[in-house]
Amino acid sequence: MTRVALRHRLAERGIDRQLWLLVPGLACVLALFVYPFAYGIGLSFQPAQGGVFGAYREFFTDAYQRDTIATTLGLSLPAAILNVAASVPIAYRMRGRFRGKRLLTTILVVPITLGTVLTAEGLLNYLGPAGWFNRFLMAVGLLDEPVRLTNNYWGVFFSLVITGFPFAFLLILSYLSGIDPTLERAAATLGAGWWQRFRRITLPLLAPGLATTFCLTFVLAFSVFPSAVLVGDPAGTTRVISIAAYHAAYEAYDYPLGSAIAVVMGVVELFVVAVVLGLRSLLYTGSTGGKG
Amino acid sequence: MSGFDELRLDGVRRRFGGQDALAGLSLTIRRGEFIALLGPSGCGKSTALNCLAGLLPLSEGSIWQDGTRLDTLPPERRGFGMVFQNYALFPHLPVRRNISFGLQMRRLPRDEVRRRTDEALRLVRLEEHAGKLPGQLSGGQQQRVAIARAVVLEPSLVLMDEPLSNLDAKLRLEMRTEIRRLHQTLGLTTVYVTHDQEEALSLADRLVVLRDGRVEQIGTPQELHERPANRHVADFMGYRNLLPMKVKAVHGSTVTVDGSGLTLEGVAVGALSPGDDVLAGIRPEDLHAGEHGVPVTVEVVEYQGRELAVEARTSAGVAVHLRAITRPAPGDQIAVTAEPARVLVFPS
Repeated sequence: MTRVALRHRLAERGIDRQLWLLVPGLACVLALFVYPFAYGIGLSFQPAQGGVFGAYREFFTDAYQRDTIATTLGLSLPAAILNVAASVPIAYRMRGRFRGKRLLTTILVVPITLGTVLTAEGLLNYLGPAGWFNRFLMAVGLLDEPVRLTNNYWGVFFSLVITGFPFAFLLILSYLSGIDPTLERAAATLGAGWWQRFRRITLPLLAPGLATTFCLTFVLAFSVFPSAVLVGDPAGTTRVISIAAYHAAYEAYDYPLGSAIAVVMGVVELFVVAVVLGLRSLLYTGSTGGKG
Repeated sequence: MSGFDELRLDGVRRRFGGQDALAGLSLTIRRGEFIALLGPSGCGKSTALNCLAGLLPLSEGSIWQDGTRLDTLPPERRGFGMVFQNYALFPHLPVRRNISFGLQMRRLPRDEVRRRTDEALRLVRLEEHAGKLPGQLSGGQQQRVAIARAVVLEPSLVLMDEPLSNLDAKLRLEMRTEIRRLHQTLGLTTVYVTHDQEEALSLADRLVVLRDGRVEQIGTPQELHERPANRHVADFMGYRNLLPMKVKAVHGSTVTVDGSGLTLEGVAVGALSPGDDVLAGIRPEDLHAGEHGVPVTVEVVEYQGRELAVEARTSAGVAVHLRAITRPAPGDQIAVTAEPARVLVFPS
């Protein structure tokens, strides 16, 4: 009698045998994410010399290392902002139904499937000093000598835009289709022109989605590694923080320093994401009336 | 107030993928009139409204406001107010800013915006909810915000797209009275779309019955109720009995018909001659159970408060619907009669 009652009381709080279904997933998360993560944090506090915070002190006192934060932010913030900003008008234009929408979406999304290495090779071939882009500009007489667009900041920036844009575009398109189209029609009957409709109705309802999209594309761009090496200037202007971590861990074999840099990387990302989500919480985040 | 004397729809046609959603609607709306577009779903009534609002371009035809051509203007330049079926309130703006939105779009001075918004809030009795977001209001309150938002601009025409269909039965009756009261006080010309004949009859000065994108009849509620022009309008106006019969004799406008196990006298709608196949339309409330008349067998009896709705079957096996005061039992034989003036005979 009491056993049955106990089981019912537990079930009421959501504790029943279905909870066992969580076990495989939980085990994977613990073994493959939580443990290595905690191990890395632990490692970062055990440098060969300099005490508990030795590795962090080493990173922050060395300007060559410390500046990688600014370098990475200098690449990833503008890239994320551009990806979001460029996606909004395109997705806005494409929010309705029209012929060829699927084809156009596919074309815009294809870069996701290419991978950074292929993108980098393409960029080198196309934008490089002997690439089509420069050859064309010189052939029509706009340039006397090739403009350098690879193996520097711009190479990495283009690569981040090419790979990050499809993510931003797809996310924003789905946020936009979640906004009830009759809201804009209502605004139109109330005398609002297209810009007013966009600014007063669509944009405020889209803003929380833009914040989320920005966070995701920013995190994606912040951990840039292959393109910074392949189309960048990995010893100088595009020495991003992940390169610093890689060098420390796999070239200097200083695992504590490598772990410390990885932790710093995570903290910087969390900081930016927290700021953006904090601003997002000031916005209206309720229902947008659409199909969601 | 930017009024007009007359708004004229001239052969307004709208196609979707090669099919006519609206096939040539011509209608003249006079200032201050309350027009209801009535019809089953898919009849083109919402298409007509969206064409009027400018939310759908016309495939053919034109819309004229007095001497000005309207159908080439975008919705924001027509100056019509619209109430949407799902209200379409801006979810991120409080009630007050929803209502003042249109006034702000017109760049009116701040004092005037405030005064007119307050007035509209008072009109729909939502003063104490002015600061709430639409999501915090009940369905009826949201409906009132939507109406206030449309009428605050004193538009030359108010368009309403099934505004009551998302409300429960009791609230729907209340809001219906409210809409009629608003129309009486403000005198705003209104075009109202509905599939509910009762709603249309009680609200409108004139009704337009649509079917498959075509106008079936235009008239006052009384004309439509008493003299539906054809069987489709009759069906829609509550002539639940539409019995297939044959004309036996014609005396002027009175015809004698038989078939379906009944013989009836009725009024001919259109020219008929003996031998024609016809449909005899009778409202359930005009078919009386009595001592004399045609015998029918009771099948289903529904209690409806003041009276009973009865479905019975004639000797020919055709179902007829009638009202009764005393409760017959299923299986009983009863006799039914109908007054000839209340029977309409349509060519089929």
